[in-house]
Amino acid sequence: MSMRDLRNLALSALAFGVLALLPLYVSGYILSIATTMAMFTVLATSWALFSGPTHYISLATAAFFGLGTFVTGLGFQTLPMWLLPIIAAGLGAVLAALVGLVTLRLSGVYFVIFTLGLAELVRQVVTWVQNRTGQRGMYVLTSITERDIYWQLLGMAALVFLVGWLIARSRLGFALRIIGNDETVAKHSGIDTAAAKILLFMVSGAAAAVVGAMMAPRYIYIEPSTAFASILSFQVVIMALLGGTGRLWGPLAGVVPFTLLWEFISRNAPNQTLLLLGIAFLLIVYVLPGGFVGLYDRLRHRYGQGGQ
Amino acid sequence: MFFILITGLLLGGTYALIAMGLNLQYGVARIMNLANGEMLVAGGFAAFWVYTAGQVSPIAALLVVAPVAFVVNWAIYRIMLRPLVKRAKSRGALEVDSILATFGLSFALVGIMTWFFGGGYFNYSYLSGRIDIFASSYAQNRVVAFAIASLLAAALWVWLSYTRAGLRMRAVAVSPDSARLVGIDVPAVSALAFGLGGAVTASGGALISMFFTLDASVGILFTMKALIIVIMGGVGDIRGTIVAALILGIAETFVARVIDPGLTLAAAYVLFLGVLLFRPQGLFGRTPT
Repeated sequence: MSMRDLRNLALSALAFGVLALLPLYVSGYILSIATTMAMFTVLATSWALFSGPTHYISLATAAFFGLGTFVTGLGFQTLPMWLLPIIAAGLGAVLAALVGLVTLRLSGVYFVIFTLGLAELVRQVVTWVQNRTGQRGMYVLTSITERDIYWQLLGMAALVFLVGWLIARSRLGFALRIIGNDETVAKHSGIDTAAAKILLFMVSGAAAAVVGAMMAPRYIYIEPSTAFASILSFQVVIMALLGGTGRLWGPLAGVVPFTLLWEFISRNAPNQTLLLLGIAFLLIVYVLPGGFVGLYDRLRHRYGQGGQ
Repeated sequence: MFFILITGLLLGGTYALIAMGLNLQYGVARIMNLANGEMLVAGGFAAFWVYTAGQVSPIAALLVVAPVAFVVNWAIYRIMLRPLVKRAKSRGALEVDSILATFGLSFALVGIMTWFFGGGYFNYSYLSGRIDIFASSYAQNRVVAFAIASLLAAALWVWLSYTRAGLRMRAVAVSPDSARLVGIDVPAVSALAFGLGGAVTASGGALISMFFTLDASVGILFTMKALIIVIMGGVGDIRGTIVAALILGIAETFVARVIDPGLTLAAAYVLFLGVLLFRPQGLFGRTPT
């Protein structure tokens, strides 16, 4: 570990410490936005862990997230609270492994299409099971406050950043960067490309499921159509790409402005949120390829500081 | 059982037309168009609008819907997608870019359609009588939609198989690089294919609106189904598309009737899984060497 790494670690720890104090001195409304930001930070960062280096666009976040909320919804009365995110992580990883085994051996298009409908598929199956067993929605009534959820998510964010940092330094991270640059080269240098991709997709899926499990008490009432709302997947993709997936902090740079913008639009013109989402996608493709990270790197390069 | 088979075939016929539109766009123009379903909904909206406002039959509306959709899609390709094709370093990069761009287009279109028409469901009753085939009765509008869809699909197939323009299109589908070498204007053919694909899908939408309740945000579901059909049938393979569409229509109808109407996407996914596991090159595709 170099001095630079140590300095970055210390700075990140300090930043998390300051953010952890946030609930003590802000109002309920700001705390709720901060909680949403923390949620999207975990989701977008863990999404970028997989999709950043491999360029495989995953649209399955909502499926994992919904799975997590259902774990909490079904288990919060009988199981200890600390166990639920762990179960959710396990189930999320299993679902990701299954999807990965089917699609990640093939080209990226199959993966995109499969994940595109995954949330809707799981929703249909869950609804069907609920209809057969005569269940409807579930009430998740707990003593957990928004503050607790915020702290949980912040802890999760710290964990995801740490995992991302460790992966980037590991052989797995190196293998994924090679796969992203040229899969044929990766295969020929002896990397088990499918295994590497599946492994990282499992990390990403598990993280999204944990977030779902943590967020469930906030919704109070859970039903399939809200838990598996596929818009979440798209929001995550937008935020991660807007920030840029080239660096670990990239998605965070997209989450903060986009959450504020989304909040503003959905308060003032709730019917225009989809239009906003569409324009944001187009903007990223045509104006900001590489996101804010790409822009930052170009600017640094232009003004002569990017001497790496 | 026989009833399910016929109903499924009737549904599959319309699916075939929609999927042929997507297949032209993906197979020839090499654009994975995720806004395909929104073109379908737009076609349905147009048919709905002329029928309720002017009592014009949805079939006559096709005469307007198809050319307008062609021009719109052609322009989308020239203005939005051509620059992406030009800047793409590889097929993979183009795929990521075109997926994101057409997603953006898809959401923007849903947003605009919700703006104009509201978020509610819309349907109208046209040819709502029954028709008897082999001692069971079927809705007239479904039968008519199937007949017209088959007619259009057949016309498209003949055009692709027996005309020079169709030959050019198939050449680009097989290999854009080699097509260029024999003097085919690949960008022009791609734009033509993209526009034609959009026109075919929008016509399918106008036909589907005769018997299916649509709303502004349902497009993505049709995109999903069309994608599954195209992959199942094989990219660029018209015959495969038709067979896959009929299989999907029958499978969906079977699941909806026998198990639960809420599980239609699950039915499509089971087929998709089977294809991915056993025949990722498509039903009639050859194993790549």
